[in-house]
Amino acid sequence: MTSAVAASTEIRPFHVDVPQEQLDDLRGRINAARLPSKELVGDRSQGVQLATIQELARYWVSDYDWRKAEAKLNALPQFVTEIDGVDIHFIHIRSPHEDALPLLMTHGWPGSVIELLETIGPLTDPAAHGGNADDAFHLVLPSVPGYGFSGEPAELGWGPARTGQAWAQLMPRLGYTRYVAQGGDVGAYITDVMGRLAPAGLLAIHTNLLVTTAAAPGPVETDEEHAAAEQTKTFRTTGFGYFLEQATRPQTIGYALLDSPIGLAAWMLDHDTDSYYKIAGAFVDGKPTGNLTRDHILDNITLYWLTGTGASAARSYWETGRDQARAAAQPTPTVDLPTGFTTFPDEIFRAPRSWVEAGYPNVVYYNQADRGGHFAAWEEPEIFSAEVRAAFKSVRDGGAS
Amino acid sequence: MMSAIDTATEIRPFHVEFAREDVDDLRRRIAATRWPTEELVADRSQGVRLAALRAFASYWHDEYDFGRIEAVLNALPQFVTEIDGVDIHFVHVRSPHEDALPLLMTHGWPGSVIEQIDTVGPLTDPTALGGSAEDAFHLVLPSLPGYGFSSQPTEVGWDLARVARAWAELMRRLGYTRYVAQGGDVGAGVTDAMGRLGSQGLIGIHTNLLVPALNNPAALPADTEQEQAALAAIKTFQTTGNGYFVEQSTRPQTIGYPLLDSPVSLAAWMIDHDTDAYYKIEAAFVDGKPSGNLTREHIADNVTLYWLTGTGASAARSYWEAYGGDAPGAGQALPKEVQVPVAFTTFPGEIWRTPRSWVEVSYPNKVAYFNEVDRGGHFAAWEEPELFSAEVRAAFKSVRNGGAS
Repeated sequence: MTSAVAASTEIRPFHVDVPQEQLDDLRGRINAARLPSKELVGDRSQGVQLATIQELARYWVSDYDWRKAEAKLNALPQFVTEIDGVDIHFIHIRSPHEDALPLLMTHGWPGSVIELLETIGPLTDPAAHGGNADDAFHLVLPSVPGYGFSGEPAELGWGPARTGQAWAQLMPRLGYTRYVAQGGDVGAYITDVMGRLAPAGLLAIHTNLLVTTAAAPGPVETDEEHAAAEQTKTFRTTGFGYFLEQATRPQTIGYALLDSPIGLAAWMLDHDTDSYYKIAGAFVDGKPTGNLTRDHILDNITLYWLTGTGASAARSYWETGRDQARAAAQPTPTVDLPTGFTTFPDEIFRAPRSWVEAGYPNVVYYNQADRGGHFAAWEEPEIFSAEVRAAFKSVRDGGAS
Repeated sequence: MMSAIDTATEIRPFHVEFAREDVDDLRRRIAATRWPTEELVADRSQGVRLAALRAFASYWHDEYDFGRIEAVLNALPQFVTEIDGVDIHFVHVRSPHEDALPLLMTHGWPGSVIEQIDTVGPLTDPTALGGSAEDAFHLVLPSLPGYGFSSQPTEVGWDLARVARAWAELMRRLGYTRYVAQGGDVGAGVTDAMGRLGSQGLIGIHTNLLVPALNNPAALPADTEQEQAALAAIKTFQTTGNGYFVEQSTRPQTIGYPLLDSPVSLAAWMIDHDTDAYYKIEAAFVDGKPSGNLTREHIADNVTLYWLTGTGASAARSYWEAYGGDAPGAGQALPKEVQVPVAFTTFPGEIWRTPRSWVEVSYPNKVAYFNEVDRGGHFAAWEEPELFSAEVRAAFKSVRNGGAS
């Protein structure tokens, strides 16, 4: 008999198996979509363009195959374990190199583990991807509470801080006593908090979205700094609607995201300007950028649909808002751990080194990559993986678990 | 044979007639709703509550009479006329008193002419309701471009000023050479613009939302308790209550997809306006306790109108035009001064309770009437049609004395 304690820390294997009737229902809803009239502009300034959605809908029902995504996920070792009352789904791939460095990577919104899948090969088995065995990672890819196959929190409080604490329990539960953490977007908030909490075993962090600019703004003197400030302003002025709605009324937008696949797809496509045009290009012009292909985009949207997590994922923004209000009211610890950062050129704003240093006192790695945007791991898995390797090179020398 | 000019200015009678299959499709979609899990809070702070929306959906599907809109609107004289390339739908009710004062009233978002229907009797025929003939209005209730039965603009540029100019043309076309204008919410923005543009024939305006206050709240007097409370209420709205506003102002097309495709998400988006109206509407559905005229059937009328006309996206675009940074009208300020006397009524449940001092700062030397009433909120005309009508009468009493058209 399993004791209660054992049951609650148990790690169970997980397989994705979506009933066919859910796929049929999804297809029926896409086919029955009632679309609005066309936007009145020739760009994205009124939102996701009708031609993009029409082509996405057509491809979704006629060419796309969820079962391939399911097979891809099920080919990976997936698990679920309960932490702090929530079932946490994660992918766990051990490197063939026993002494690889354990790495936990956190996805963002509107992302999921789907955006991280193509980094698994390069990160866990670099030797097979033109790299070096010394660069190998044991990789842990959890689904954030309320996202994908993780459970939805049934109580308040699951902001980045609590998720960061959960991750700090997940890693020791897997036997990892020395590890590093990485994240972009929401994952960057969680990784940042982990750095501030500095749980036992965490050696260093790397992020690819600078989340410190509100609390610790950097200088605005050089051309580069002015450009980044201008980009930040543009985002806050005209690109902020989804953020504000999710941070204040996740339930209201949640009805749309659960009931209308087309509404869900539009909401998820309407992130930053760069990724929107790249995704629109994949559907309308048949010209994907890097790994942002039609199938990969739809894997992610279909995952949100089938798990019914549009509202619960949106709630994570509401919680982030509360965490930030708390953080503003009382001083938060600095990140004393070694910190790495990569600026991808097409990110919402191109964070200059000076801004990263304003946010983090112990920057051991900073680089500007040649290609990639907000969804760097997804769009450019090879470049992204090379950055992660380089970022953690110095801490790795201390030896891994 | 009609000339091109005749055709363009022609006023055609209009009747509402919904296709049976559209109503059937709507009911099917409501029944097939895929619901999210329940919010994690005991108030509206995460948005429209699941219990409220479920109660709305079951009423909508099981009890609501889908013939209501046709019955209510077709009982009134309705017309369509093309102005500046858009077919404008309007209700036009002439008072039995020939020398009544012509009054154009503009609805807001998420509203429609539905929110004004119960003011038609009190405003056009006050004697039937214990009022006096000198208070009568000839009433014109247009549907904003992109809303309800007006057509959707097919080009950018329909900002508040362009709507205001269209309304002036509408009144001219109806033969009204001296008239007044009234509005709340988006309608207040249009009415304010009419006042600033000094539309030909316009002799006074009344609003029940102080739109200039949103431009720069910090510049308003904040000395008295009342002023400070109003400022705090604006701040709350701009901090936690304006998600819908920002989304519609910047990404109307994106939110337009669910508003066209999912009836419950359309309902949720429309119910999630200000806090006061939200709780009143929730109480109507969950507790069976409507506030004034904000009854279940009236709320369902309005949501159903948006659904069956398929105007969720086009109505949202009006925010992009009026408030969005990428719109052609962005940064083009209206004239600083209003040209006509201004009247204002503060309804206590409104997003913020406007003090008289703010109205006077916003419309220097033009305030002809100010009053604060004891009931009603953001949807004042809808919620309290009698009280609202009494305010409109009082507001225009002084300008009326100059004689009507």
